[in-house]
Amino acid sequence: MTDLAADPREGVKTDEAGLVPMVAPSDATGLKAVLQRRYLLRLLVRREISARYQGSILGLMWSYINPLSQFCIYFFVMGVIFNLHASIPNFAIHIFSAIVIVHFFTETMGAGTRSIVRNRQIVQKMAMPREMFPVATMLTSLYHVGPQVIILVVASACYGWLPDAYGMAAMVIGIAIIMILGTGLALLFSAANVFFRDVGSAVNIISNLIRFGVPMIYSYEMVAQRFGSFERYYLWNPIADAVLLFQRAFWVGTVGADEKNQPVMPDHLLLYGVAMIGVSLVVLAIGQLVFSRLENKIPERL
Amino acid sequence: MVDSIRVEHATKSFTRRYQRTLKQITVAKARGHKTIEEFNAVDDVSFTVEQGESIGLMGLNGSGKSTLLKMINGVMRPDSGSILTRGRIAGLIATGAGFHPQLSGRDNLILNAAILGMTEKETKRKFDAIVDFAGIEQQLDSQVGHYSSGQSARLGFAIAIHVDSDIFLADEVLAVGDKPFRAKCITRMEEIRDSGRTLFYVSHSAGSVKRMCTRVLVLRDGQLVFDGKPWKGIKFLGYDDDVENPMDREESEGEIGADI
Repeated sequence: MTDLAADPREGVKTDEAGLVPMVAPSDATGLKAVLQRRYLLRLLVRREISARYQGSILGLMWSYINPLSQFCIYFFVMGVIFNLHASIPNFAIHIFSAIVIVHFFTETMGAGTRSIVRNRQIVQKMAMPREMFPVATMLTSLYHVGPQVIILVVASACYGWLPDAYGMAAMVIGIAIIMILGTGLALLFSAANVFFRDVGSAVNIISNLIRFGVPMIYSYEMVAQRFGSFERYYLWNPIADAVLLFQRAFWVGTVGADEKNQPVMPDHLLLYGVAMIGVSLVVLAIGQLVFSRLENKIPERL
Repeated sequence: MVDSIRVEHATKSFTRRYQRTLKQITVAKARGHKTIEEFNAVDDVSFTVEQGESIGLMGLNGSGKSTLLKMINGVMRPDSGSILTRGRIAGLIATGAGFHPQLSGRDNLILNAAILGMTEKETKRKFDAIVDFAGIEQQLDSQVGHYSSGQSARLGFAIAIHVDSDIFLADEVLAVGDKPFRAKCITRMEEIRDSGRTLFYVSHSAGSVKRMCTRVLVLRDGQLVFDGKPWKGIKFLGYDDDVENPMDREESEGEIGADI
């Protein structure tokens, strides 16, 4: 038997009488509370990493097989059959840099949407900030981005790519957009999914749309040429901007100056990126607001 | 004395939904059936618990005990009124803690302890004591989904009881434990009670409430209908037969939780 009172807790605020103040026990919620409890967050992320592909033989490998299979399909269908190799230089890098971003986003949104329902055992019985689950999902997806970026760096280097400051800034902004936007949408959809499981199916459709709404299997040059004035609105899509930023970071640097087809990037791309971080923060705020509103009814509706 | 739990006019209403799909709702609406119904699981409940008191919360099934406990624990928020608590809360809600069935006992233990607010250091220090208390050394690395209900409740109880809490909540968790474990638990809960912490105990067992608690609250249809001495509360509920009935001698000997 251990001594129950052996652990004087540190960091507990007390009032004049040496007492901790009375608080509403359900109040410790919100993204701020998530950041305060980093140890718990770390545990949840570690658990999610090991549990996402539980019961499968290949396990974590699936995180790479999925994007790889997409890559192969797009590469052959678009590159070979539609003959985009001819118009887009280093088409493989073009696709892969887009896939890293798109996969990060769809994983965050998809798994994030299911995160509350999937953890219902804990959500129903334990008091904790429930934002933990969508946030942990995003971080888990981010964890898988790491090796993909390494592959991308190695592949780009083979084409003669060298890192430049502008490109690295673009990469960081691109990742940041998806992290913030993905968390915001995961919050929004995870709470909504508790009430109507239809949300999960709707999110699949959105994921599909996103694959075609970003310059992955076509180049930005084509959008500029064929959409005319619509080109402006195309850049209002934060995910498209994140993809372009990532392509600016890797793909652009792989194309030699003597190539016939030079990569086309929108003007003021970095500025768009910063603006989209702002947009993503607004989405995150909305997500948090809706989540807090719906949260009260979550335990009973699970 | 210092207030530990203050509940003021707490009300929690649930919505019963009879249909879920759009088609079902349309059909029910067309026939003039009710599609939703609101009811108060906890209805305008007010009471104050002082630090060091041990409260027995009693009432029939569906009277709102678990909902009230969930609100004190912070899993749910009252729709109106307020609930305030002082200090760290630990305990078990509705038989078996929130475990992830696919994770091993070890991982669940660490995760659960973290949710209850333990730090990494604290968990490391208490790990062996918790495993020892739960008596699950053999199954520690197998999935909690493969545990018996008794085993998972034991693990949950062992974790909760090792948290340095100011308020300890227990909800019929002991109902699924075997006799030696129940004896261990009651000893431990008496230790908690005697250490001056607040104990909030939900049970149907008149004997254990009598033994453990200094005050009894009785809920009926979500309303607080009794607040006072344990023996009076037990009488109020009509559970006093249990104690005197020779059939339940085990109960009167002070066994806890023989109340499924």
